[in-house]
Amino acid sequence: MALSLQSGVAEAIRAHGAETYPNECCGALYGRDGVVTATYALPNTTEEGPRRRFLVRPQDYRDAEKRATELKVDLLGFYHSHPDHPARPSQYDLDHAWPFFSYIIVAVRAGTPEDMTSWRLREDRSAFDEESLTHAEHNQHPDAASSIHG
Amino acid sequence: MPNTINIPTPLRPFTDKKEAVEVSGATVGELLADLTTRYEGLRKHLYADNGKLRNFVNVYLNDEDIRYLQKEATPVKSGDTLSIVPSVAGGAPTSAPPATDLSPEEIKRYSRHLIMPEVGMDGQRRIKAASVLCIGAGGLGSPAAMYLAAAGIGRLGIVDFDVVDYSNLQRQLLHTTNDVGRTKLESAKSKVVALNPHVQVDTYEVALSSENAMRLFKGYDVILDGTDNFPTRYLVNDACVLSGIPNAYGSIFRFEGQASVFATKDGPCYRCLYPEPPPPGLVPSCAEGGVLGVLPGIIGVIQATETIKLVTGIGEPLIGRFLIYDALKMRFRELKLKKDPECPVCGPNPTVTKLIDYEQFCGVRPEPAQVQTTGAAVNDWEITPIDLKKKLDAGETPFILDVREPNEYQINRIQGSTLIPLGELPRRYQELPRDREIVAHCKMGGRSAKAQDFLKSVGITNVKNLKGGILEWIDKVDPSQPKY
Repeated sequence: MALSLQSGVAEAIRAHGAETYPNECCGALYGRDGVVTATYALPNTTEEGPRRRFLVRPQDYRDAEKRATELKVDLLGFYHSHPDHPARPSQYDLDHAWPFFSYIIVAVRAGTPEDMTSWRLREDRSAFDEESLTHAEHNQHPDAASSIHG
Repeated sequence: MPNTINIPTPLRPFTDKKEAVEVSGATVGELLADLTTRYEGLRKHLYADNGKLRNFVNVYLNDEDIRYLQKEATPVKSGDTLSIVPSVAGGAPTSAPPATDLSPEEIKRYSRHLIMPEVGMDGQRRIKAASVLCIGAGGLGSPAAMYLAAAGIGRLGIVDFDVVDYSNLQRQLLHTTNDVGRTKLESAKSKVVALNPHVQVDTYEVALSSENAMRLFKGYDVILDGTDNFPTRYLVNDACVLSGIPNAYGSIFRFEGQASVFATKDGPCYRCLYPEPPPPGLVPSCAEGGVLGVLPGIIGVIQATETIKLVTGIGEPLIGRFLIYDALKMRFRELKLKKDPECPVCGPNPTVTKLIDYEQFCGVRPEPAQVQTTGAAVNDWEITPIDLKKKLDAGETPFILDVREPNEYQINRIQGSTLIPLGELPRRYQELPRDREIVAHCKMGGRSAKAQDFLKSVGITNVKNLKGGILEWIDKVDPSQPKY
């Protein structure tokens, strides 16, 4: 499995992670056929302490899905940051994961974004498998990548 | 009549990519059951092993969350639309998830923690995996150790070398009347184990020192400072900074208490607040100044609270904040505290890189008490109670000056003594006779030594300090009087 990021996408995720540090950020990933063309920043509405948790409320999820329809793209998954923690999924991430979505995690150390990884829930929910992150070739849609801050 | 269920993106692969599926049933639960019968692959993503809907699966009937209707029993009408809406959640681990697990008995015991999401199973496991070292099993150590044990701390270390005394019982709730004469460690351990047998209690019957502190602290996650004197307080602080272990700090005096969390990775330490100890004797100990019995209850419990927050990683710890509590006014004040870049221990250019002689640092006179237990005075500025008694019996009439407070004088006194509290001495020293030898005393000898120094400074040199104060007088000469 592999997830490809169009230019601008990784930068937008990193910038969002740096902006919300020391809290976690979260957002939606849009695109088609394993290529992320756009991100959409979502509010972190967790009530358990945003330094270690993020939550996308149902209404924000519905909003994110509606936006996918409008943009005529698919909702491919979500990204979030791990402030001062490695870019590896936690047990909590696993417990709350949805199948088929890509989960991008960016580690933000002392306010500076570092590693970025992407993960998919295994069919039996027992674990995450890492998927390789690549940067899309320019012949795809070099200028189509955009980040939407909502 | 069929109803429609809207399927969210991540579940569509299970429904042959359909965004909406037609199902039938009379209630929300029946519609969902019909859905999972048709598309079996959905079941494990919608339902947990116990057959309940997963908590991050939201189901909306038209536009209403079924949690606010009758949940899965909510009746549906023809044409109603059901939507499955994911909550997307996740987050970083607060630390490596502890491997410890909780037994059914423990789950019952800690249920009031477990039902709060801020603690939950994860937090309770962290509490169980944590180890805390209490310095002292006295006023602060008592409530702290009790609450930490009740909360399920995995390992509780206690350092103390004292024996339970009647005067401890007014505030040190670990110890009861039957424990008087027992070591505080024995007494403490029996209470803690009775409260929670799951706690491993490790006791250290030693005086904390520069020689043993680093070794004792090793392996503990939090140090809880319940000491009652400055040398040990600086020692605990420096050892915490040097070993990188946070210090849940508390101190009490009379009606006022203080608390903070020192020596965390980026937070200030006790020396950032007080680089130097106060001049010796300026701040009396609880034994001399007294302490309201319930005060350590408040402060020790604040220390335990901060400890629990540190090990679970929840809330805002008392780092960089110095809490001051006034029991008489019933007021809390909070001072902001910054890490001192010049701090000799936790600053970037530390001058203290290993533990030092803290008695000397705090200007405390080395304790000569041990060598004097024979009762013989070893110098000419002191007099032992036995020698004083001999003088009195021989018909001599030294002027016995009691420098304690009137309320202490009401408890016990040496017959024929005159009360001039230390604080009044500068105004009243003219009342002292110049032609008689003066024997000054207080409770244990500290304040009278200061009185002696003061009198010397105004030219009154014929003053002896009663060694061991009235307590030793009662022990050696007049056991009929009560001690405090």
